[in-house]
Amino acid sequence: MSWVTKTLSSTLGRKLIMALTGLFLILFLTGHVSGNLLLFKGDGGEAFNIYAKFMTTNPAVKILSYLTYISVIGHVIYSIWLTRQNKKARPIGYGMSKQSGSSSLASRNMGILGTIILIFLVVHMQSFWYQMHWGDIPMVSYEGEQYKDLFSIVSFAFQNELMVIGYVVAMAFLAFHLSHGFASAFQTLGLNHKKYSPAIETLGKLYSVVVPLLFASMPIYIYFTQS
Amino acid sequence: MILDSKIPAGPIAEKWTNHKFSSKLVNPANKRKYDVIVVGTGLAGASAAASLAELGYNVKAFCFQDSPRRAHSIAAQGGINAAKNYQNDGDSVYRLFYDTVKGGDYRAREANVYRLAEVSVNIIDQCVAQGVPFAREYGGLLANRSFGGAQVSRTFYARGQTGQQLLLGAYSALSRQVANGKVKLYPRTEMMDLVKIDGEAKGIVTRNLITGAIETHAAHAVLLCTGGYGNVFFLSTNAMGSNVTAAWRAHKRGAYFANPCYTQIHPTCIPVSGDHQSKLTLMSESLRNDGRVWVPRTKEMAEKLRSGGIKANDIPEEERDYYLERKYPSFGNLVPRDVASRNAKYVCDEGRGVNETGEAVFLDFRDAIKRDGEDNIRARYGNLFDMYQQITGENPYQVPMMIYPAVHYTMGGLWVDYNLMTTVPGLYALGEANFSDHGANRLGASALMQGLADGYFVIPYTLGDYLAKIGPAPVDSDNPEFAKVAGEVKERIEKILSINGSKTVDYFHKKLGKIMWNECGMARTAEGLQKAKKEIKALRDEFWKDVKVIGSNEELNQSLEKANRVADFLELGELMIDDAYNRNESCGGHFREEYQTPEGEALRDDENFAYVAAWKYMGDNEEEVLEKEPLEFENVKLTQRSYK
Amino acid sequence: MKLTIKVWRQKSATDKGGFVTYPLDGISKDMSFLEMMDVLNEQLSEKGEDPIHFDHDCREGICGMCSLYINGKPHGPLQTTTCQLHMRSFSDGETITIEPWRAAAFPVVKDLVVDRSAFDRIIQAGGYVSVNTGGVPDANEIPIPKVIADEAFDAATCIGCGACVAACKNASAMLFTSAKVSQLAMLPQGQVERKTRAEKMIAQMDAEGFGACTNTGACSAECPKGISLTNIARMNREYFSAAVSSENV
Repeated sequence: MSWVTKTLSSTLGRKLIMALTGLFLILFLTGHVSGNLLLFKGDGGEAFNIYAKFMTTNPAVKILSYLTYISVIGHVIYSIWLTRQNKKARPIGYGMSKQSGSSSLASRNMGILGTIILIFLVVHMQSFWYQMHWGDIPMVSYEGEQYKDLFSIVSFAFQNELMVIGYVVAMAFLAFHLSHGFASAFQTLGLNHKKYSPAIETLGKLYSVVVPLLFASMPIYIYFTQS
Repeated sequence: MILDSKIPAGPIAEKWTNHKFSSKLVNPANKRKYDVIVVGTGLAGASAAASLAELGYNVKAFCFQDSPRRAHSIAAQGGINAAKNYQNDGDSVYRLFYDTVKGGDYRAREANVYRLAEVSVNIIDQCVAQGVPFAREYGGLLANRSFGGAQVSRTFYARGQTGQQLLLGAYSALSRQVANGKVKLYPRTEMMDLVKIDGEAKGIVTRNLITGAIETHAAHAVLLCTGGYGNVFFLSTNAMGSNVTAAWRAHKRGAYFANPCYTQIHPTCIPVSGDHQSKLTLMSESLRNDGRVWVPRTKEMAEKLRSGGIKANDIPEEERDYYLERKYPSFGNLVPRDVASRNAKYVCDEGRGVNETGEAVFLDFRDAIKRDGEDNIRARYGNLFDMYQQITGENPYQVPMMIYPAVHYTMGGLWVDYNLMTTVPGLYALGEANFSDHGANRLGASALMQGLADGYFVIPYTLGDYLAKIGPAPVDSDNPEFAKVAGEVKERIEKILSINGSKTVDYFHKKLGKIMWNECGMARTAEGLQKAKKEIKALRDEFWKDVKVIGSNEELNQSLEKANRVADFLELGELMIDDAYNRNESCGGHFREEYQTPEGEALRDDENFAYVAAWKYMGDNEEEVLEKEPLEFENVKLTQRSYK
Repeated sequence: MKLTIKVWRQKSATDKGGFVTYPLDGISKDMSFLEMMDVLNEQLSEKGEDPIHFDHDCREGICGMCSLYINGKPHGPLQTTTCQLHMRSFSDGETITIEPWRAAAFPVVKDLVVDRSAFDRIIQAGGYVSVNTGGVPDANEIPIPKVIADEAFDAATCIGCGACVAACKNASAMLFTSAKVSQLAMLPQGQVERKTRAEKMIAQMDAEGFGACTNTGACSAECPKGISLTNIARMNREYFSAAVSSENV
């Protein structure tokens, strides 16, 4: 084994992958949420559709998007790999275990939270990402240029109450996942210092509330404004 | 046999240097041909095993715990002395030597103590190089404190966990040699007997505590680093597993046992709370710097206190007897350990004890808190107060602490010469297991020093001399002597298991402890000792007829482990009584009520008892024979200790 | 106090084992937890039953030998060692569940006794400064800032009991390993072998079959000596920087 594969297959190396992909996905979420804020513009989706086209055609964004796919896949695969190791490390469990006092609920259930988020992600991508790339989407024209009207797809999807509720709930899970994951990634990378760690933790908590809240407000907004 | 202590000739300061030069050396290429057994992995054992392996010998290290890191050296709190004179306060090797001989009430061998003081400075260097995190000053240099009434600050410490840090240092050095393949580690393995071939120690018989397998191990030399025997008292500050078995079996194979009656009783322990008590916890001696020791002035008041009729804080000043301040106005609460312990016993014997069992005195911080404020007291003793509260459930900031003396250390042990070799050639004893350096009383912060001195800096030189003399020819592990001794060990285990009587091992251990504590504890009398001797004999007979040990040998069997150890304590106890009875004087930890000054202090008899009492085993149920090693004091002047 | 003791009994490493319940009466609040176990064992012995085997030695909270998982927590409800836990932490009539540490790397030997030699092997992989006895510089030739010495000390107070592994939902040994890596990484004495040490100790930790860290913090919260999570971050840092810069290919 070369030193690279040796490092990356060690427990700490795998944790490193988890942290790096996690942090990249946090960056992605930041971008994603900022762009999607255009949904609130009230211009019938014009700005949003222009943005969507940019995001699917710009070469730089293309590279970023591939990185995002890799991150998602890496995050999932490595988490499965680590979870299997963790299960193997305790083949016989306790008859009675009280963990509530010593660790947070989210931190103990990152795997479950992550799985739910993954399921959401599949549904989410099927609904919009797949449609955008290969689906049959009506076209609109702004200032003489043709655009796919993703906004109409979005507006239509969020007429469904179940879809709205599903999205809001999924964002709640995302919030929990992030509430532990954000600061945890820094800890794994070894970035723990008494001067900066409190700030990182606060930022993490703030992020894990604000970003999912913004995401969740989008289907609700559309549900009430587009009906 | 005439005991030859092999003290080198010459002025005291040059003895060790000369001795090292005149000792034979083992050729570096030959070292790998020698096997050495080290039993015990505390400070002495781990440091010896590591140092010998570094030199190139093949070492086998044994411990009964699940890891070498658990040895009871780990529990030492206070610190380790060294004559570094970093504080520029007049310390020197000679002063440390002088203080230690005097503190031992002039019953230690001068040459050994001088060597101890001499190598003490190397110990600190060694430990720091290993990464032991000693306390430091803001300038980055090592901090020192004065300890146990010493006039200079020579004690190095790591908060209240010095023993832990030093042991982990030695353990790390040992672990390194395990990784190098020079030490083979045998945890959860207990030494059951010594094997001698042609009069020389050539191996041991062990019991694997998990499988019960009885195994033999051959070597060119055997080092016993197995600690003290304080658990003969059942209740002591020792760990539950601390035992005398290795040393005692060696004694029965011909190693003389020296000064067994010298036991140190530590004055500041948390009192016994009931019959269920399994062990005693030490509170650092430093508490006596600020706490005031007292009991009610009258028996009546004490009874009222015990029955709950009055609370300690409600007892008025004139009803309190600060007996140490009253009897020793110049030293007050800071009198040495033996004096403080004895006086606590006296007031409790008078019926003035303050807890339910009547065996406790107050250590009161009320005045110190009033004077310095609670915050300052917390800064000084916070962790100790917390520990006290955890164990007793009482808040010592609000009610006075209760303390009582407890057995803490045994100065006696296997007799060794200047080379740390016992009377069995090839068998060595290091650390608390030997008798050599502390005389009749050990000073605070000296035990850690001695364990590491023996292991790091003495045995690597003195063992080489012996090994060079016997040559590197391999030890014949097929010698019938191994099978014979292993057979005897098995027989004894079978005997214990076959008794199937009606009383548990703890029943006997507790009973033995009570006899020893009452008659061979803080104060002893000829009459009481004679009575105790009879009681122990009877108890031992009862043990071998009526003990009940559940289970078999071929499994992890903690009752059997205990039974093996208690059987040996039952024999050792009698020898301690004999030794205490023989020593018609009072010195250090040995106080015979018949021999005291008019003020009630220990009265030595230097004319008749300035000797090491070494006992020779003569066979089962035979009286042991006393051999004397006269102690000669050429450098230290013998005086009476006084703390008035 | 009257109690019901529900305890894991297992005759040997190969036995399947299971819970057995014992009623116990006459327990004093002043007893330590292990003294309560002593009382129960005396009663079992008197009845001719095999006493419950458990590890213990110093009974003053420093040797790290005691190791019971009590009512769902390592060392019981307080942040201390089992030997320092007292019965006043329990209430009359309570059922107390006692289990061994659970981890593949800590196989059960008998009843509540487990084999923790994996920890020894992690230390043997590099938890030391490679200096032989003798030939070292004077102790004061290595000045160490007090804050560094204190922080190294905090890491060095680990007693190797394994509560961190027992508490961790993944049975991870990162807190234990990181305490030693940290102590020696902070001190000047540890610099020479700093990179190799981190690599080797972590490789051994993995080889022993411990789980990974999810940064839940349970290990530190249950550690009787309060070893900080900062050590794990420091170990990770040490490891990653060693991985990219050490001479070991």
